[in-house]
Amino acid sequence: MSSVESYEKPIPVPDPDSAPFWAGCRESRLLIQHCEDCGHNQFPPSNLCAHCGAGGLSWKQASGAGKVFSWIVVRHPVPKPVYAQDVPYVVALVELAEGVRMPSNIIGCSPEDVVADMPVKVTFKQVTDEVVLPLFEPA
Amino acid sequence: MGSARKSAYALKDKYAIVGIGTTDYSANSGRTVRALAIEASANAIADAGLKPADIDGIVSYNFNDSAPAIAVATGLEIPNAGYAVDFLAGGNAANLIVLSAVAAIEAGLADTVVCYRAMNGRSGFRLGGGREFRALGPTQFTAPFGWITYPQAMAMWCRRYQVEYGLTPEQLGNVAVTLRENAVLNPRAMQRKPMSMDDYLASRMIVDPFRLYDICLETDGACAVVVTTAERAKDMKQKPVYIMGGAYGGGPQQGDDLFDCIRWPDHSKNYSHYIAEDLWRSAGIGPGDVDVAEIYDCFTYSILMQLEGLGFCGLGESGSYIADGHIRRDGKLPVNTHGGLLSEGYIHGFNHVIEAVEQLRGQSGPRQVADAEIALTTAGAMTCGSAMILRR
Repeated sequence: MSSVESYEKPIPVPDPDSAPFWAGCRESRLLIQHCEDCGHNQFPPSNLCAHCGAGGLSWKQASGAGKVFSWIVVRHPVPKPVYAQDVPYVVALVELAEGVRMPSNIIGCSPEDVVADMPVKVTFKQVTDEVVLPLFEPA
Repeated sequence: MGSARKSAYALKDKYAIVGIGTTDYSANSGRTVRALAIEASANAIADAGLKPADIDGIVSYNFNDSAPAIAVATGLEIPNAGYAVDFLAGGNAANLIVLSAVAAIEAGLADTVVCYRAMNGRSGFRLGGGREFRALGPTQFTAPFGWITYPQAMAMWCRRYQVEYGLTPEQLGNVAVTLRENAVLNPRAMQRKPMSMDDYLASRMIVDPFRLYDICLETDGACAVVVTTAERAKDMKQKPVYIMGGAYGGGPQQGDDLFDCIRWPDHSKNYSHYIAEDLWRSAGIGPGDVDVAEIYDCFTYSILMQLEGLGFCGLGESGSYIADGHIRRDGKLPVNTHGGLLSEGYIHGFNHVIEAVEQLRGQSGPRQVADAEIALTTAGAMTCGSAMILRR
């Protein structure tokens, strides 16, 4: 764990739509929005259900299981001083078992080992006193 | 193809581009974006044989990195613009601003409109760099994971295409090499040194699957065109280039900004898939009628998606279509005859409009496509974009 002062990467700023998601991460719970009216699962969060237009969406805990939908291997760090120690690193669009996609990093394996549809599961990493990021590792 | 709208652009051949202008393209202009915008606009007005007093509308697009339309109108001493608009948009708007100029004239807000894009894209605000190094709003779900730059965004699309259809490094390399062959013949181009496939393959990996030469050039410069009615165009200095058709749009769930593709249904198809039917219907032609195509190429891969989306070849077939030489200057669809954003320079796609007009006027010198009568220009690479069909 590092303090905010020494953590140089972008820190997510929760807003009224997203605050429950980031609060969930702090409790190691991966939350997505759920529409009680039509059953649609939603991420990223919004004020209305994008499928049926209903308001008052609830939050439900996702299983944390998913698969790699697409991924990139960042080899040239931008900005350089911030990511120089991290390259190569993998950013993936993870398709959760609940049907929504979520950008994250794939950790716990070599970038070369990531393949399409690879099963992954969520793991949580505390990066500042306030912020916990949901990352994924091979399942 | 994607779902067509009920209506399409309905002003076929009623408007024309009558003037074009540029500045030099460089890595460091040493000038303000305002000065670049004014120079390119003044050149376009002079090219049309007009004076600033003849202009009464002005429109541009920017990412908060340019001079607003009213500043350029002021610098040119345009007396009373009835239409002065800045689109807060990316390359997706490069053709939309021209269509909006037509709409403004049709509505009686203006008679003759200057459209421009000006940027210090290398020495000033670099779109290829850190973009927004912040994580709020839409970027709170992307930037914290080191997913920050446009090359990183588009590489995610490219990988998904690779998963669905297969795509080799050489198939991307063919785009870079072909466009460089055109740039070698273009005095405006930033990169005129010949490039071989070996050069391409040896260029360093930036964000796998993209190498350095898959990524366009950050550029300082400006481009402008003058749009007016076909009726007025008849008496002007240059041969008019008529706007046959055009379309703007994209698919469902375009996301919260131009970077956001989280909810996009199918990353092997971009906006072009969704505007194809509107575009061809508006001009009353099909892909086989196009003589020269200036296709938005922020990355090599962007061209592949648009060739498929607009129906020049089938889904998953663009790699072999390009390998067969069809997009070369002597092929059946010469693409990016100026070298494109990859080798001429990145004026956010507006330089494609300049090249299309020069080709249709027969002013492209050694890179001229013989008897070019109909040109396609496109703008955009991800969830939304615009395109036009122009004819001489």
